[in-house]
Amino acid sequence: MTDTVSQLCKLLEPFNTNGTVLSAATDISTDLNIDSVTVMDFVMEVEDHFDIEIPLNVLSETRTVADLAKVVEARTKKG
Amino acid sequence: MDLLAKLATISDRHMRMKALGGDAVGVVNEKLISPTRALIDGRETILAGTNNYMGITFDAECIAAGQKALAEFGTGTTGSRIANGSFSLHRELELEFATFLDRKHCIVFTTGYQANLGMMSGLAGARDTIYLDADSHSSIYDGCTLSGAKLVRFRHNDAADLDKRLARGEADEGGKLVVLEGIYSMMGDRAPLADFVEVKKKHGFQLLVDEAHSFGVLGPHGRGLADEAGLEKEVDFVVGTFSKSVGAIGGFGAGDHPYFEYLRYAMRPYMFTASSSPASIATSLAAIRKLAAEPQRRKKLAENSARLFHGFKDLGLELGCDVVSPVVAVRCPDEPSTIAMWGALLKAGVYVNIALPPGTPNKLCLLRCSVSAAHSDAEIDRIIELFGAVVAQGHGKKVANG
Repeated sequence: MTDTVSQLCKLLEPFNTNGTVLSAATDISTDLNIDSVTVMDFVMEVEDHFDIEIPLNVLSETRTVADLAKVVEARTKKG
Repeated sequence: MDLLAKLATISDRHMRMKALGGDAVGVVNEKLISPTRALIDGRETILAGTNNYMGITFDAECIAAGQKALAEFGTGTTGSRIANGSFSLHRELELEFATFLDRKHCIVFTTGYQANLGMMSGLAGARDTIYLDADSHSSIYDGCTLSGAKLVRFRHNDAADLDKRLARGEADEGGKLVVLEGIYSMMGDRAPLADFVEVKKKHGFQLLVDEAHSFGVLGPHGRGLADEAGLEKEVDFVVGTFSKSVGAIGGFGAGDHPYFEYLRYAMRPYMFTASSSPASIATSLAAIRKLAAEPQRRKKLAENSARLFHGFKDLGLELGCDVVSPVVAVRCPDEPSTIAMWGALLKAGVYVNIALPPGTPNKLCLLRCSVSAAHSDAEIDRIIELFGAVVAQGHGKKVANG
């Protein structure tokens, strides 16, 4: 597990109400059974944790923790 | 694969709802008795979930104006104003609203939803960024998506959070639009406009306030939150709807920008849809004149809102916000009990809105009331009495069982 993935899993834990084992392959919305608003709330936590901007536009193509890690890594490098 | 297979989860949830307390998303008003009463399931019911803030829907002058327009202009406009041309009524309504709002320009839309779709997508494009409050109405989210702009969501009513997010996007070259609401439709709370104006002075963006639930309601002139806060000069664009305080259907966008009128040719939800029907335009016109001439409606609404708010507080109910607002939301423990209490309230004679996630912030389950200037004191007291019997005493649990 990369450092970004493990940090994301930690941030995702409060939203994990069905006891899913979190990994890079976890589908944030369907595996955790959380709605679109909750996904946006989670991403807001991710933005603040890494002090980056993750526009809502990128979320439609971000399904798994690994997808999100890629977004985070690209954006932390930029900053 | 069947395209509709994905609706199975919605179907299950709907079945559960019907079994628990009734079809809270499919209520039929069999007959409207007044702005605050209807026949539902054959029973006369107090309506406390209509957003009919001014109670103007049965006003004799508005009805006469609608009937006259129906006779003179016909049943429909049969097309877009760009393609088919406007009716003189449309221009008259825009001028009347511009005057009421004290703005140079006003454009009317077919619905309030389309007003937000049109304004967001007309104002912002692919190179721009829209900063929207996390609790924004779906029409704002959808308008933002339609715009193709970069979308950044900030924490609800948190100007410091917006400040931080604007700082992150400092290097961006496009325009920046910040979107707030006057009164948030689910919780009834207001945007802390003065705080956001401070952030505007620091970062320089264009500010839009959706006054859907505050137009006609707040401010010395009834123009909404910015009017109440004395900050209209700081607000670049105002959006609103005719379906609440105006008692019709339609929406508006207004502003003072010299290019504002050209938005008409840049907003697909304005260009590619039929314009409002003559009757709806005419009743809106009559209603806005009434709202201007009869400030006592606003006063009565404020009194009724305070009566319901304090009545609920005295019952020990947990409310959506701590200020008196025409939107009074009661927080409930969970989805099944909320549905059960909603059904018990309806059977006892009061209709309120049910609001469940993801339509609510922070996964809240709400029984949402909207107050009308047309509610009598006795009606407000009856609503309080029934919430006392069903919600406060049952505390959500008892009612679910019987």
